[in-house]
Amino acid sequence: MTKLIIILLSAVFINNYVLSKFLGICPFLGVSKKLNNAVGMSIAVIFVMLIATAATWPIQHYLLDPHDLGYLQTIVFILVIAALVQLVEIVLKRYIPSLHRSLGVYLPLITTNCAVLGVTILNISENYTFIEAMVNSLGSGLGFLIAMVMFSGVRSAIEGNDIPESFKGLPVTLVAAAITSLSFMGFGGVIENLFA
Amino acid sequence: MRTVRNFTKGIIRENPVLVLVLGTCPTLATSTSVINALGMGAAATIVLVLSNIVISALRKVIPDKVRIPCYIVLIAGLVTAVQMLVKAYAPTLDESLGIYLPLIVVNCIILGRAEMFASKNKVFASAVDGFGMGTGFTLALFLMAAIREVFGNGTFCGIEIPVLAENKISILTMAPGGFMVFGLLIAVVNKIGRHKPQKTDFGCQGCPQAEVCSKIVCSDEKEAEGVD
Repeated sequence: MTKLIIILLSAVFINNYVLSKFLGICPFLGVSKKLNNAVGMSIAVIFVMLIATAATWPIQHYLLDPHDLGYLQTIVFILVIAALVQLVEIVLKRYIPSLHRSLGVYLPLITTNCAVLGVTILNISENYTFIEAMVNSLGSGLGFLIAMVMFSGVRSAIEGNDIPESFKGLPVTLVAAAITSLSFMGFGGVIENLFA
Repeated sequence: MRTVRNFTKGIIRENPVLVLVLGTCPTLATSTSVINALGMGAAATIVLVLSNIVISALRKVIPDKVRIPCYIVLIAGLVTAVQMLVKAYAPTLDESLGIYLPLIVVNCIILGRAEMFASKNKVFASAVDGFGMGTGFTLALFLMAAIREVFGNGTFCGIEIPVLAENKISILTMAPGGFMVFGLLIAVVNKIGRHKPQKTDFGCQGCPQAEVCSKIVCSDEKEAEGVD
């Protein structure tokens, strides 16, 4: 139980997927301007991460490993994720149209995102059990959410200011991300000593 | 000559990292040291050139509706092959690159060039384009890694530099430093080339989710441009 909480908290704060692992930067920089978009995107990411892990972990441990097909990991994972997301989108459109309207736009965008493929591969390389892998994915998604929400606040604060010409657009956003990332570094060392 | 122009556009005018802003994840993650950066750049270039060649050769055969999954399968196959080669002949590189080697599969540069160029042009032109883009990517990575390693670690390719090694700015090799150096580099590039086209002209079209993305991301940027 303690291990699960440690995995969850470290995925959210210390090894934050966006701010320390550099996964999912493209949506982070692209969608974090408006708070609504940021939250919608993050919820979609959490959802996709969870179902992707639920699908790929059993495939790795019951299909690929026993038959010594470990080298097919990359191909199988990305295909499974792409197919799964497409399926989810179709199901949502048919049965829960309201949810499809709010989340559906982001689903194709997340399919080829490093964050989702990254979390599925990391779960395997860290040798997590199924429950640990699910908790890790949940934590990564939550970390993504926190980073996005915080960052959209930072960006809206920058908006009204006087920015030098060369810095307008992406450079000032990246410098702001640097400072946000720096603030997250402060969490290092807290989690391990929480249960010491 | 058109071929030369095709090649050089990937290096400066349409540099995938600094102008088109594609493939930011591996850029930030692997530019901590020059050797990692060159290794990553080389691996990505190989995958890019080969995938461009194959996709261009098959462009009349792949049906339009399933082209994205087809491209992904092709690229994933190539990345797996490159991964195995790196694991066999350069295991230290494999360890330092970690998960970023398999993540070349979802690198926006490769999918983007396949979608934008290789699916519409002949094999040789696509190969040249891939090589140019890959070289541009490697160059940008090398630039970032040089700054981060020299000032952040006091070494260059592992060789210590006298004065800098004692006065390291370690933050540069960590996460915040990566964002900062990347942002400053893009600002410098913006300053040098004011006449360069904006991202919305190229970047969004290159992304495979262009139809979807235009609804949320590019329309935001178009709004901002219109308001400005």
